[in-house]
Amino acid sequence: MIRQGFFEKNLRYLFPLPAVIFVVVLMVFPVGYTFFLSFTDWSLTSGRPLSVVGMKSYLQVLSEPRFLEALGRTFYFTFGSVIVEMVLGTVLALALNRTFKGKGVVKTLLLLPLVATPVAIGIVWNLFYDPTIGILNYVLSVLKLPQSGWVSDAKTVMPSLIIVDIWQWTPMITIIVLAGLAGLSSEPYESAMVDGANGRQVLFLITLPMLMPTILTAVILRAIDALKTYDIIYSMTGGGPGYASENLNVLAFKYSFEYFRMGQSAVMLVFLFLIVLLFSLAVMRLRRAFEQ
Amino acid sequence: MKKNPVHSILFLLTLALIIIPILFPFVWMLMSSFKTQVDIISWPPKFIFTPVMQNYERVFIEQDFLHYMKNSLIVSVVSVFFSLVLGLPAAYSIARYKQKKLSIFILIARLMPGISFLMPWYIVFSRLRLMDSYIALILSHMLIALPLVVWVMSPYFDSVPRELEEAAMVDGLTQQSAFVKILLPLSGPGIVTATTLSFIFSWNNFMFSQVLSQQKTRTLPIAVYNFLSYVEVDWGAVMAAAVTIMAPAIILTMFFQKYVVKGLTMGAVKG
Repeated sequence: MIRQGFFEKNLRYLFPLPAVIFVVVLMVFPVGYTFFLSFTDWSLTSGRPLSVVGMKSYLQVLSEPRFLEALGRTFYFTFGSVIVEMVLGTVLALALNRTFKGKGVVKTLLLLPLVATPVAIGIVWNLFYDPTIGILNYVLSVLKLPQSGWVSDAKTVMPSLIIVDIWQWTPMITIIVLAGLAGLSSEPYESAMVDGANGRQVLFLITLPMLMPTILTAVILRAIDALKTYDIIYSMTGGGPGYASENLNVLAFKYSFEYFRMGQSAVMLVFLFLIVLLFSLAVMRLRRAFEQ
Repeated sequence: MKKNPVHSILFLLTLALIIIPILFPFVWMLMSSFKTQVDIISWPPKFIFTPVMQNYERVFIEQDFLHYMKNSLIVSVVSVFFSLVLGLPAAYSIARYKQKKLSIFILIARLMPGISFLMPWYIVFSRLRLMDSYIALILSHMLIALPLVVWVMSPYFDSVPRELEEAAMVDGLTQQSAFVKILLPLSGPGIVTATTLSFIFSWNNFMFSQVLSQQKTRTLPIAVYNFLSYVEVDWGAVMAAAVTIMAPAIILTMFFQKYVVKGLTMGAVKG
């Protein structure tokens, strides 16, 4: 006979309860508080008590060119890096999708950029990008190409940061697509062989369509993280030169913890939050669509 | 299929084209950490040089990186531990009772931008005089680790046959002790995946610690970052610091390669 006390009967509520309380206290309340602050003009440095001002902070933020530029840059950075990562990551996975000696070692190497501390990665790339002692300008000079200011030049800072993101995250797409390839059923390939399909037809008509759910989910998850990029940008440029590499996360960080303009910072956080939420809903929709 | 030598050579070339760009930054960082400042700023860049230990001496003796390393360890280990304590039962319940909404609710914490919680935390933790305390840091890092534990463990528990627990319950165990005594010991691989991933993400975290910690509880990423800004870019020492901070995560990954791959591919690949 299975014993059924109070605890057992309510296990489905009691087991998750501590985790739920934790998430409510540390995530739901803070997000709610941020929403509330976005309707105030609170600033820690002004010394004035917090007062509710309705949409005033929203209007201030929306008429601030620095915010609009950061908003655009957030999308530029996200799409610039994620599209390249998607294509390159898939190509690498297709190239590696065979059995060969040392495949395990190669897979471990692919993991290294993903698990390496972003701040430290940023520092190493800053050494590469250094205009006077950096190895990249040295390579350009050997190739007789004009040298670049990389992250120290407002014109090249964003592409330079995107390159770092691509270096760090392409392997993740590769690893996910490799796992997806390993799980494909062999039947469609057998019938394609019977029908005499060539390699390119097999790739575009069978492999890629079957991989699409995996690739799309990986890409949107990646895009969500790219929208929130902070560590690499802050540690490499601090949002500079000038404001040339500020995205929403970096700008909101500065408003919160350097200027202490909490009201306006909260408005920016609400925008970032809503953008990320939209992308997250898209992932869940997609997964549900593929599950059916 | 027979082996075509031209194909093998092409494949080796492809491999080299993939591996060299991935590896080069790590190699260069490691090399630079053993170079003198003169060797680092020399033009053209030097590939052959006499290695020196002075950069590591600076990092560990002058800068007391052991202190920051200890902080990082405390924060990561304790936050991962408590995330397992909270996350494992939640993941079990999600798997057994198909609590989809609950799982989405907890996973949202993985997707939302950390900074939208960080600003309110800063205000509250300041009021509670918890700035620069381990408690504040550990709580914040738990919000990174807990969703990962649930993310990895609920599909894992789902894959363990229910009959095992039911048999134990017929033998007189309560459901909660069947979970602890039967299911958890069978879940080693899943727990290793969850622990490794959440440890690495907590270890690497920069933004939360940047705001919530000061001298006493400062973690390694902040120490490395500060080092960069107030040393008159002593590249060798900065590289030694970078090696120091990356080493644990990389060693863990090498040991637990399969588990890390599992954890990272989970969710995107149905299985």
